Amino acid sequence: MIDKSVLDQHNLTPDEYDLIVRLIGKEPNLTELGIFSVMWSEHCGYKSSRVHLRKLPTEGPRVVQGPGENAGVLDIGGGQVVVFKIESHNHPSFIEPYQGAATGVGGILRDIFTMGARPIAVLDSLRFGPPDDPKNRSVMEGVVSGISGYGNAFGVPTVGGEVYFDPCYNLNPLVNVFCLGLADKDKVFYAKAEGAGNKVLYVGAKTGRDGIHGATMASAEFGKETEHKRPNVQVGDPFKEKLLLEACLEVMDRGLIVGIQDMGAAGLTCSTTEMAAKGGMGVVVDLDKVPQREAGMTPYEILLSESQERMLLVAAPEKVAAVQEVFAKWDLDAPVIGEVVEGGRARIHFRGEVVVDIPVDAVVNLCPAYNRPSVAPAPPPPAPALDALPLPEDLGQAFLEVLASPTIADKEWVFRQYDHMVQVNTALLPGADAALLRIKGSKRALAVTLDCNALYTRLDPRTGARIAVAEACRNLACVGARPIGVTNCLNFGNPEKPEVMGQFEQAVIGLAEACRTFGIPVTGGNVSFYNDTEGLSIHPTPVLGIVGLLDDIRKAVSPGFKAAGDAVVLVGESAEEVGGSEYLRVVHGLEAGAPPAIDLEQEKRNQEFVIEAVDAGLVRSAHDLSEGGLAVALAESAFHGAGRVGCEVDLDLPLRDDVLLFGESQSRVLLTCRRAKLARLLELAAARGVPAQAVGRVGGDAISVKRSGREVLRVPVEKAFRAWKDSLPGFFKVRS
Amino acid sequence: MKFGVVRFPGSNCDFDTLHVLGKVMKRPTVALWHKDHDLQGVDCVVLPGGFSYGDYLRSGAIARFSPLMQEVKAFARNGGRVLGICNGFQILLELGLLPGAMLRNKDLKFLCEHVHIRVEDDRTDFTRASKKGRVLRIPIAHFDGNYYAPARVLKDIERRRQVVFRYCDAEGRTTEEANVNGSMAGIAGLRNREGNVLGMMPHPERASEAVLGSEDGRAVFESIILSLERKGHDR
Repeated sequence: MIDKSVLDQHNLTPDEYDLIVRLIGKEPNLTELGIFSVMWSEHCGYKSSRVHLRKLPTEGPRVVQGPGENAGVLDIGGGQVVVFKIESHNHPSFIEPYQGAATGVGGILRDIFTMGARPIAVLDSLRFGPPDDPKNRSVMEGVVSGISGYGNAFGVPTVGGEVYFDPCYNLNPLVNVFCLGLADKDKVFYAKAEGAGNKVLYVGAKTGRDGIHGATMASAEFGKETEHKRPNVQVGDPFKEKLLLEACLEVMDRGLIVGIQDMGAAGLTCSTTEMAAKGGMGVVVDLDKVPQREAGMTPYEILLSESQERMLLVAAPEKVAAVQEVFAKWDLDAPVIGEVVEGGRARIHFRGEVVVDIPVDAVVNLCPAYNRPSVAPAPPPPAPALDALPLPEDLGQAFLEVLASPTIADKEWVFRQYDHMVQVNTALLPGADAALLRIKGSKRALAVTLDCNALYTRLDPRTGARIAVAEACRNLACVGARPIGVTNCLNFGNPEKPEVMGQFEQAVIGLAEACRTFGIPVTGGNVSFYNDTEGLSIHPTPVLGIVGLLDDIRKAVSPGFKAAGDAVVLVGESAEEVGGSEYLRVVHGLEAGAPPAIDLEQEKRNQEFVIEAVDAGLVRSAHDLSEGGLAVALAESAFHGAGRVGCEVDLDLPLRDDVLLFGESQSRVLLTCRRAKLARLLELAAARGVPAQAVGRVGGDAISVKRSGREVLRVPVEKAFRAWKDSLPGFFKVRS
Repeated sequence: MKFGVVRFPGSNCDFDTLHVLGKVMKRPTVALWHKDHDLQGVDCVVLPGGFSYGDYLRSGAIARFSPLMQEVKAFARNGGRVLGICNGFQILLELGLLPGAMLRNKDLKFLCEHVHIRVEDDRTDFTRASKKGRVLRIPIAHFDGNYYAPARVLKDIERRRQVVFRYCDAEGRTTEEANVNGSMAGIAGLRNREGNVLGMMPHPERASEAVLGSEDGRAVFESIILSLERKGHDR
């Protein structure tokens, strides 16, 4: 019955099939094979990535739960923990942008509240093809509406994130959704089925035929036929999810359940077998008791459905009635569909027959891991020698072009569609270096950021990954927060291609190095391979989600200039680096050169200095230098400031004018301070071994940059602001 | 005085409103469950923002059938103060406690941002702690906030001075650009004829603490408290 073509449909190799037969001691039936196919898919089983992910640091004094659960958990003191994770929903979002993105939000929210935490913030890292192509605009509009539609109705603020554009995402957009939750430390729940005789309850939406094999779909390349996979994408219902949230938190708070797991990828199959395996138990389930949306579903379909907004609970028999009462209050059913048993087997009944009988350990823990062949990534195409690169005649015009580049331009068009203020914790609006959330009843605050410059990682995966970590931490430092933990979403091409595997290997090494330097544990995340469409791989895109803590929210700073007359200070060294820069891409049409060098130890010193200076009240605004370099950082600080006041800076640096303005040397931060505090700020920098120089003042109505007294750039703030502000909406106006 | 915040399935600003009324304004505040029939002796009912019943039909169209809403209606008819914020405003329209309806925002997108609104009348129970002409900076967050009423009704509303807040720019000018959702006559907040029921699209509970960037929203809550505590507990 099970031949090569059946295996192909299930993305399993003949070797894997033989292993399954050995592990379960029999030939699997089709339903059992379906279970293995999803649980051993790349998406669920991390087949190609596991051997490399072991290199990442996962331990630290704050770690309550590292990788392996629905989300990571860190102790933030005061009896509270943060629960956070990032997940990709790339493939579904290309097939059906609105629902793909919406259910991506829904899935990560469940990962967080499954652990007993109330989701308090969402951030998204989005990557699309350039917006001048109507197809890309339509994907982007769908994705943004989907995130907005789901998150807003659910009532979680979408407080930040990033949006990048590059042709490599034309046919393979990336939608990575991060969620942060807050819980009492003694109220964290795990996906464990413990105690023989305890009941298994099914709560939430009914099971339909949607999303069957979603996890398997995310584990293969896309071709032209992906349009046909549309039925594989699920439909989200944020209202039901909100009811689930309130009901689940209520039964957890009242101590009515012993374990809980959401039904995400691989649905009922994954949740039952994982809970049993983690509890060292077995499970018996009767599929006839599973609420079904349509008649005539087979056991295969019921088990593999990825219908949204469903959860599995385990409760002691005497608590079942109380659990059901809570769910009834929220108009949700909570039928008992099975029981925890001794013996480590999943036994599933359907119409009186046993349709599945397999050891859960084999399904959950024994998925093979591959050390796939890899080749070292090719060195980047060399950037032309600076002598060969023409200096733009009009640097003011180049500046406006860089500001209007969709990757750099203002993203208000996106984030005004997200409710970023619900829950009344949002202390910094989207657009700041990091999102900042107050913790009610405390002086402390949480800062969160997502980051990855994928052009850097394409040009040099290891350096690019180090920079991604460094820049995310720098974003946190710029609001005054210290990083405490990381989650990552590693988006790569087809791992069966040695060059993709080479990129992955190098990127993971870079991440590990940087995380160790900053002393931040990786508490989990997600690997998304097979981001290839029609044979083209995306840039390696390891997106970092980093959480930081701030002791006193009253000390936090924002990027905008505060007052004319304040001193402008540049922290960090500027080198003759132009490779991988947005300037090179936008003005010269080149994606080339080595990305800027990074010295992680110096980076850390610079960041520690910024955090200390903010804490000491010496700083009025802070903004990191990233894409677009000094010129863009000055402009953004002016745009975010009250009254849009300009600035005048004069640097004495041996750099060519364009490199001075747009070079992306790392570890740099732009600070402003009251003139009276300038000396103390510079003294502190010197004492900490941090290069910092006073370069000018806030004031005037233009962005003015001089080199040793000679003006190299002067653009009125309003003109620069319009270029930056009107760019993205302009693309969407064309059609209407 | 005592506030009650109604919790519908899908409400999501209920916690925020409870937090601000209880912890910031420091007044006794209770959550009222939509399936109950008891207003628990509150002096002011607040219908919070959110997506009651998912708002899959017209916003607020199903919430009006919740059992507690019969009590709220009777409470309002007897002069009890009722404040509807965002989805709460939409529910008041569906209940018939306020005239008119909400359409989708003019550019057909959800909008979340700080806006300015001008106090049109400072003699109401919801604005007496403020001043006529004062500009408040308060966030909005809605998809359906484009206020609509037939010409005859709109004329009547204006004649009776029922418009309490209008969208404006930072200087208080009611420009077309400032009217971000396209509401008729720039209406951001509307009271009933008697003056005891107010619906407003902006979220005053999101602008009641300095840490969140604006405290202008407190004026609304302070006004209610002023009205009720001065007059005692009469309804």
